[in-house]
Amino acid sequence: MSTMAILRCLLWRDIQLVLRRRSDVVATLFFFVVAVSLFPLGVGADSALLRVIGPGVLWVAALLSAMLSLGRLFVADFSDGTLEQLLLSPVSLTLAVAAKILAHWLVSGLPLVLLAPLLGLQFDLAVRDLWVLAFSLLLGTPLLSLIGAIGAALTLGVRGAGVLIAILVLPLYIPVLIFGSGAVVSSSSGLSPEGVLSLLGALLVMGIVFVPYVVSAALRVALE
Amino acid sequence: MLEVIDLGCLRGGRKLFGGLSFSLSPRQLLHVQGANGSGKTSLLRIVSGLSRQDAGKVRWYNHDIHDIREEYASGLLYLGHQPAIKDDLTVVENLWVSTRLSGVNPTSDALKSALEVIGLGRHGTLPARVLSQGQRRRLALARLWLSNKKLWILDEPFTSLDTQAIGLVEVRLEDHLSQGGMVILTTHQRPSVSESFLCTLSFDA
Repeated sequence: MSTMAILRCLLWRDIQLVLRRRSDVVATLFFFVVAVSLFPLGVGADSALLRVIGPGVLWVAALLSAMLSLGRLFVADFSDGTLEQLLLSPVSLTLAVAAKILAHWLVSGLPLVLLAPLLGLQFDLAVRDLWVLAFSLLLGTPLLSLIGAIGAALTLGVRGAGVLIAILVLPLYIPVLIFGSGAVVSSSSGLSPEGVLSLLGALLVMGIVFVPYVVSAALRVALE
Repeated sequence: MLEVIDLGCLRGGRKLFGGLSFSLSPRQLLHVQGANGSGKTSLLRIVSGLSRQDAGKVRWYNHDIHDIREEYASGLLYLGHQPAIKDDLTVVENLWVSTRLSGVNPTSDALKSALEVIGLGRHGTLPARVLSQGQRRRLALARLWLSNKKLWILDEPFTSLDTQAIGLVEVRLEDHLSQGGMVILTTHQRPSVSESFLCTLSFDA
């Protein structure tokens, strides 16, 4: 059987598992929506101010809700023995890890991309800026899943993993946050967001190439 | 052919075993026995390539298993203590996923007949969460009927099985061995397979 068929099966499985336990995903999305919506309510209806803080708020909320779902990435597979089976599967663990990260992004990152433009309306962002926001999230949320996977793999089997993941991963999220919200800020101040978005894209390419290796190495250590 | 040469293993700074050598040829079943904590599971994890040994080598047809990881994996079926069963998937889906991840693409008839044999035929569409402990074990072992792997490494496969299920698994082991397969397993009672296949490794000094 081909490697692709095995990876497709893994992808299907991960997505099915999330769909059968929808409450987890819905909770993170709900967190995102509510966290973003609290700001206009708290700050007041000063649309000039909202336009300024909008991109940052949306990005920080996306970052935090991406963090919430990281715990799910490997823990269940680790404790029920699925990771052992993956390690001994004829497909390389690196590719299997990439498939798992993709599945994680599809169910927890992609919905943020689709929701963000809608939430951006609360901050009186222009239509063009909403597009830039969605696009920056499209490039940025896969990076959040990738970087988060490193943290999730390193903290596997450690007590108090939840807090530790945050400490490990949040500093690494900073470049993504700066470039992501920077793209929207430069667009809303009339500049071209292309440069910043290209940097974000470059980071994403780097992440796709290197992160699965790093994560699979960390998983091997965790399973020793 | 599997060769274990001068294998040593430390756990928490304490020597678990050392200088362990054996080889396993087709049509052989190695029954590893020993007291709790004597290193049976550690040995199995090292031989399957999950853990690293502290000394010695494990070779599969003259190659170190860590040099030919993917090739070794495509000839190996390992069932550990954890059955790798997902509560939210149905019984059939669990079996389908676990066989596919091990590189075999089963037809739905094959899945059905494997479940039939192991006595889960009527439970195919139930979510795995409602299965009893023994039934979960049976589901994990159903993979044996779909496997084309040469070497089976089974860690305590008979735990929580009833005598009827143990009998079924032993018949399957015997089939596999007579077709040129190899098996390493740990159990506390001697598996009843034909004497000509059986060799024993004892950790009790």
